[in-house]
Order: sequence, then C-alpha cells, then structure tokens
Amino acid sequence: MKTAVQIALDVKSGASSAAEELQRSLDAIRARNDELHVFLYVDEEGASVAAAKVDALVARGDDAGALAGVPIAVKDNMCQRGIPTTCASKILEGWRPPYNATVIDRLTSAGALLVGKTNLDEFAMGSSTENSAFGPTRNPLDPSRVPGGSSGGSAAAVAAGMTALAIGSDTGGSIRQPAALCGLVGVKPTYGLVSRYGLVAFASSLDQIGPFATTVTDAAVLLEVLAGHDPMDSTSLPEPSPSLVAHVNDGVAGKRVGLVRELIDGADQEVVDAVNRARDALCEAGATAVELSIPELRLGLSAYYLIAPAEASSNLARYDGVRYGLRVDADDVSAMNEATRTAGFGAEVKRRIMLGTYALSAGYYDAYYGQALKVRTQMIDAFARAYGQVDLLLGATTPSVAFAFGAKTANPLTMYLSDVFTIPTNLAGEAAISVPFGTGDGGLPIGVQLLGPGRSEARLFSAARVLERADGRP
Amino acid sequence: MTLANGWEIVVGLEVHTELRTASKMFCGCANAFGAEPNTNICPVCLGLPGSLPVLNEHAVDLAMAIGMALHCTIAPSTFHRKNYFYPDMPKDFQISQYDLPINVGGYLDLPDDSRVSIERAHLEEDTGKSTHLGGTGRLQGADRSLVDYNRSGVPLVEIVSGPDIRSSSQARAYAQELRGILIATGASDGRMEEGSMRIDANVSVRKADEAFGTRCEIKNLNSLRSLQRAIDYEAQRQVELLEGGGTVRQETRHWDENVGETSTMRVKEDADDYRYFREPDLVDLAPDQSWQDRVRDGLGPMPAERRRALVGRLMNPTTAQLDAVEVVIDLGLEPLVNAAADAGADVTLAISRAANELAADLGDVAKLSPESFIETVLMEQRGELSATQAKTVLGEVLAHGGSPRAIAAAMGFEQLSSSSLGDTVEALIAQYPDEWARYREGDEKLAQFFIGQVMKVTKGQANGKSVIDELQARR
Repeated sequence: MKTAVQIALDVKSGASSAAEELQRSLDAIRARNDELHVFLYVDEEGASVAAAKVDALVARGDDAGALAGVPIAVKDNMCQRGIPTTCASKILEGWRPPYNATVIDRLTSAGALLVGKTNLDEFAMGSSTENSAFGPTRNPLDPSRVPGGSSGGSAAAVAAGMTALAIGSDTGGSIRQPAALCGLVGVKPTYGLVSRYGLVAFASSLDQIGPFATTVTDAAVLLEVLAGHDPMDSTSLPEPSPSLVAHVNDGVAGKRVGLVRELIDGADQEVVDAVNRARDALCEAGATAVELSIPELRLGLSAYYLIAPAEASSNLARYDGVRYGLRVDADDVSAMNEATRTAGFGAEVKRRIMLGTYALSAGYYDAYYGQALKVRTQMIDAFARAYGQVDLLLGATTPSVAFAFGAKTANPLTMYLSDVFTIPTNLAGEAAISVPFGTGDGGLPIGVQLLGPGRSEARLFSAARVLERADGRP
Repeated sequence: MTLANGWEIVVGLEVHTELRTASKMFCGCANAFGAEPNTNICPVCLGLPGSLPVLNEHAVDLAMAIGMALHCTIAPSTFHRKNYFYPDMPKDFQISQYDLPINVGGYLDLPDDSRVSIERAHLEEDTGKSTHLGGTGRLQGADRSLVDYNRSGVPLVEIVSGPDIRSSSQARAYAQELRGILIATGASDGRMEEGSMRIDANVSVRKADEAFGTRCEIKNLNSLRSLQRAIDYEAQRQVELLEGGGTVRQETRHWDENVGETSTMRVKEDADDYRYFREPDLVDLAPDQSWQDRVRDGLGPMPAERRRALVGRLMNPTTAQLDAVEVVIDLGLEPLVNAAADAGADVTLAISRAANELAADLGDVAKLSPESFIETVLMEQRGELSATQAKTVLGEVLAHGGSPRAIAAAMGFEQLSSSSLGDTVEALIAQYPDEWARYREGDEKLAQFFIGQVMKVTKGQANGKSVIDELQARR
C-alpha cells in the first residue's frame, strides 16, 4: 500500500492519477466494508468530482496541493456540506449539514479526496466503536477484535488500506488509542492547533481533531494541512500552521526523555516491555532518559469523567427534536423532547448526560465539577514541572493490545480505563503521538506514546520517526 | 400611588436591551427587526451541530459604553452557559455572563435627584421568538408553536439595579432615564414596542425601615405604562395578602396588560437549576485600557447633562416647558433646538415646535436639515407665518423636503405685510363698531373675536400675534 506522500508524488508527476488512486480506494472499500463496517457513508460522486479537479490542475501544470489525489476518510462527527453526518447516533440520522467544517475545506484545498464518513462510538463516547448506533467496526488486523475508539472507523479505514489517511477527533484518547490498536501513527495535537469549527462537540475544552497515517511523515504532512489559525474558532491558536515535515528527520540527539511511571502502571507486561525498548531506542539515537513519577496523572481519569460529561450534557442538549434530526411526536413540547431523546440516544450517551448533569447541579457543582477543574489545574502544573526537567515524556498509549468484542462492555469502568494513559494530555491541552512499536499477543501491534508540551509537535514527530525506524520501518 | 398604613414599595429592575450592532453577537447574521421569519440565520445562531461562537467586538464596545454611562467599573469578565430546554433557544443553553460580568457597581441619577445603584450590566445573547397558536396562547397547551430564529443570538445587555426604587413613578423615571442613556450611547434604539428594551420588576413591600419582604419577579412589562401599573397592582396585592394574615410566596409572575393583573407563572421551588458553567467555546473578555479609552472617547453627553444645558437657556421655565424639554431630550432633538436658538430663534418656540411637530414625525426628522427648521421657526417668530401655517410648512418640509420659504409661497402662505394686515383690521373695526368700543374699554376677550374675523377674511394667513399688535396700535 502506498503512503500519502507517494500518492501525491505519483499524481503530481503523472505516474498515476487522482482518478486511479480513488478507484483503488473505492475497490478496497468495496472489498471489505461489509465485513469490517468502517464507513457509514461513501461519497463516490463527490470524491470523483474532486479527483477530476486534481487531475485537471495537474494537467494544466498547476500546484494540486500537498495531498493531491490522496484518498482520506473522515470521522462521521465532522460536518461536510450535503453529506449525512450522524455521529453514529440515531438522533442525527438523515441530517445533512448545510456547511463544511474548517478541516473539510482545508483538506479539499490541499487536493485530498474525501471518500466518506467513518463509524465511531456514538458522539465519540467510547473506546471500542461498540457504542455506534449502527453497529461496531471490526479491527482489520483481527476482525474478532475491536479497532479501539472512538475513532475506530477512521483507524480501520487506514489499517485496511482503504485510504492512505484519515482524520479523527481525540477527547480523551480517541485518536491515539485506536491508532495503537490498529498499528498506526495517531496524533492528538495541541488544543487550538486544529480548528474545531464543524466538529460536532462532545467535550469542547478537550476535543481536538488530528491525523491517522501509516507513517510519521504522512501524519506530519496531514497535520500541516489541518493546522493553523481559524477565525471561526475562538479557541484556535493565533499562529499559522507549524513546520512539521521539515523536522521529521531531526532525530533526538541531546533530547531528555522522561519515562513516566504512571503512564505504564497497570499495563500488560508486553506493553511495558515495548515502552522500555522504545526508551532504549531513543537513547541509542542520542537521547538521555530518566524515569519519573507524576502522581497527579492518577487523578486524570476521575477528573475527565466529570469534566467531559458535564460539557457533553450541555453540548448534547440541542438534540431536542425541534429543529433537525429525529423527532418522536408527543402531546406537548417537553414530552416530545423527552421521547425524542429517549429514542435517539444510546445507553452510554445517556449515562454521560446524566453524569454531567449531576456534576453541574446546584449543591453538587463544587464537590464534583468544581473539584475536577482544580485537579485539571494541578495536572497542568505537574506537566509543566516535568517539562522543566525533560523535553518529552514517554509511556504506553493503551494498557493492552486490541481486545475482543464484548470484553469491556459489561462494566463501563473497565472500558473507561482503556484511556487512562491518554486522558491527561487532553486535560492539559497539550500534544501527544502514538506510534506503533513492536507487537504483542497474537502478533497485534503495540503503540507507545510520546507526550510534549503545547506546540511541541515538531519535537514529537522527530522522536516518533526515530522509533519508527528502530521498529524496522524505513 | 402611595400605600396605606405605612407600607413601602421596594423595587429592583432588570432591564434587557438589544444592542444596535450590525451583526449578531456570535455570528455575521444581520441584527435587524422585522425581516421575514428565519431569514437572518446561519449554522451558528441556529446552534447547528459543530458550530462555534465568535464574539462580536462591537457588542463589547456598546456594553462598555452602557457601563461607562452608568458609572460602572469595567471588569475582566467571562461567559457562562445557562442550561435549560426551550424551543426558541437553539442550543438549549444561553450564553450569558454570570459571576464575572463586564460592568459592575455603578449608579444612575434621576431627574428628581434620587440615585439608584446599578449592581451590574452584563452581556448575553437573545433567544428566538415563539408564537403559540391555539390553546392557551402559551407554550404548554398550544395547538402549534412557530419559532422565528431571526432574533436568536442578537446581543443583549441586562442592566440590574439595586433594590433602591421606592415607588412605581420612580421606577418609571428610572426606566425612562435609562432609556435615554441607552439611546445616547448608541447602544439601543429604545423601542419598547419592538422589544428592544424589556423590563422585569422585582417587587416587594415592607413597613418603613423593616427588613426587605419576600419579592416577586414580574415579567412581560413592555411599556413604561405597564411597568408602573404592574408595580402598583403587585404592591397592593402583596399588602392585601399580608394584612389578611397571609404571606408572600417568592415566585415569577406574568403581567396581563389587558386585565391589569399579575398572575403566577412559576414558584421558586420548581425554579430551574441552570447548571451554569464556563462557556468552553469562548475565551475570557478583558478589554485593555486602549480599548476602554477608545469607547470612552466616543461617548457624547448623557441626557442629564443635555437636559441641564437646554433648561439653562430658558428663563423661569414653566412645567409645560420642562415637559417639552423632556420630550426634546428623550428624542434627541436638542441639536436642532440649539441650532435654532443660536441662530436667534426664540428657545421656547423652538422647543415647542420640536416637542410637538418634529416629535410627531420622527421618521423624517433624520432627513430634516437644521437650516430648514431654523428658517421655519424664524419665519413664524417674525410674523411671516401664523402658528398654523408654520406647523403646516414644517409638516411639508418633513414629508417632502424643500425650502420652507418656497413651500410657504407655493401654499399661498405669502406673508400678509403689516400694511395689508393693518388695512384688514381697519376695515373690521369699521364693520364692528360695538365690539371695537368694548375692546377699547378693556374687554380683552374681544381680541379673540377680531383675530377670528381677521383669520376668516385672510383664510388663516394672518399671524395672531400681529393682529393683536395692530389692534393695540389702534386702541
């Protein structure tokens, strides 16, 4: 399977065409989508029009963009004009947004071919894609196992070779965890680096769009396209898109790496071993490593499961049957609201709305939501202290390799623990990358996680590239 | 109205004013009243999934201008979400300022020299507008409800007074003075009938100097008249309740203008828990000194100062003249009055024409040149036009424009020269010798008789004052 960089080169040089690349992608989707349930919607017509445009630009000798003719999959919680956007929820079934998310426009301008919308846990709430109202996605590497989540469809699209690239959203690990479980590079960019305009909100202060790719360089190319200030998002960082591709091969010589005890505690031994080998590989490339402890990270999971549901309870209030999506009629408007939401939301979404509503309620706010905000501040301070000592942090992405369907659905808390290593980065608004490093049980991939302060993406990509080479990928 | 048996009214007002920005608070949609329903809407003000708010800086300018005019401190502020379900609120939460509003701690001095404290004046977004058809005419029980989201996301400032108001007339004076300030800052057009300014009144009663009583909040006060009537009704209701041995229940009450009564909307116990929390899609709002200075430098004089200046041009003003001054200030017409006075016109006459003729046709006043106003007033003052003619000419200038002198000529209001007026008076004296004799003996009422006769002969073209001058000259 070709990388995105190779596809763009081939399309621009005439060795291939956007139409051919699109056909290859559509063939791969046709071959396995019924089995894996990756795409909720395939936009063959729109992607064909985009491919023709790219080929026309190339024919005229114009710049067709950094992602010229590269098929890409989009998580179905991002708005694309006229294309169904469901968030894998019955409550939005059939809704077609009248506008594009900023990332959609950026991808189109860069020549990417948007082939369709991928499955996810309903409203991005979950870690296995089993919470999709339209059925789960299977892991292309072992269809008896989950691809991770919530961006499981986007991860599976790339892992199955259906598209070279995909984008997902990461609120507590929803890009990095499925990337790890599907053997991909996945990035949670610094909060504000990529515009959230048009991303259907789960937890606004934590959500961030980011790339899936098979290589570190592809991920860097994609993030350069996605990133940069957007006046439509008040929380967008003011700076332009950072230079990332140029730094991918900078290496880690002289860099100080901190292996964080709390980011491997509780992980399977094979995962811990992979992280230790990753540390060794970085040291071999000229970095120095220390072990350190950041006890505040242990509080992350609890704080997250108050803050994220609190914001979600408010963000999801608008699905009331009045203006769009599902409406279940009833005698009066409040009964209609209730009937619509009862029928339209799945169990996990309802659980989080209730959790969040409770955490914000008069008399409980201080004890729950207020306390969680304090923990969040402590975590930001603790990360800042760590980055006073080291340049980047190292740990596991997930406690285990991909797990079987149903393994964690009985008790929500076991599922929540899948994100224990990824959540702190979201709470701190910082950056992290998951890169495949070795394999474990059943030959399934293991992901290791590199964490850095805000806007440290270039540094993280350099280190991830060192691990990629050490893992035997050129 | 005053209450019997030593009861005292205690009122605090919450005034919501729509800001006159070109676009809405968090998107680029037009902020305009009266458009076709659901035409000024976009993904943001419809709260579509994925949309995000971006704060309109002009709304901040106007909010600060209001705060400055009310002597508030401009404070670093934040936005919160106020969560509750209502069909005319597209996100099912309202973005508002909560514990950290942009304006805190000011006051407003009223024309009677009383002072009402201002607790805060904060920014928030307006909701859409529901129309309930059939049933009760309210949301619950209506056959159908229609929602127009054109108003959704229009910027509002809510101005919260302290519980300092002690009568319905003081409440009215406060609302009126505040309205003048809102217009003077350019923040609002002050049109209560269009909902640009909406008032909620917190009303309680107590025996003088005792602790505050339990208050009720009255909604739906759409005019100054409603405000005053509702407060009086509500205070009387509470007094009767208390004197009958009952207690006042803290609740929100609805004012019915047709019936003239308040009625229970909801009681405190089932008040919503709004689950306020910081709006994560917006950043903190802390206007720096240069931003504040720019707004402050743009502020013109407030009504109190303008009122003082205009009253200062009058000698021993009568109550009627002061009322006319109030109308002139309220409508912002004093630049015309001052221009006329500066050009040598009689201030009282200029105020009268502004408070009556101009006030009656405000829509066209914007097009009226000061020169036309000045010329009309001077022509009347010189006796070249009668009062009736001057009003007619002014009306014509307002409606169709043009030079007052040319209009007067075209309408046949050509001046009656004093010689021809004198001839007319002479002729009438000859015609009515008995009346003339009685007038000469001091019966002043007969001046009116002669004026009437002159008017009849001249078809209303004479100036009454000039007629008296002619009669006096011959007395």
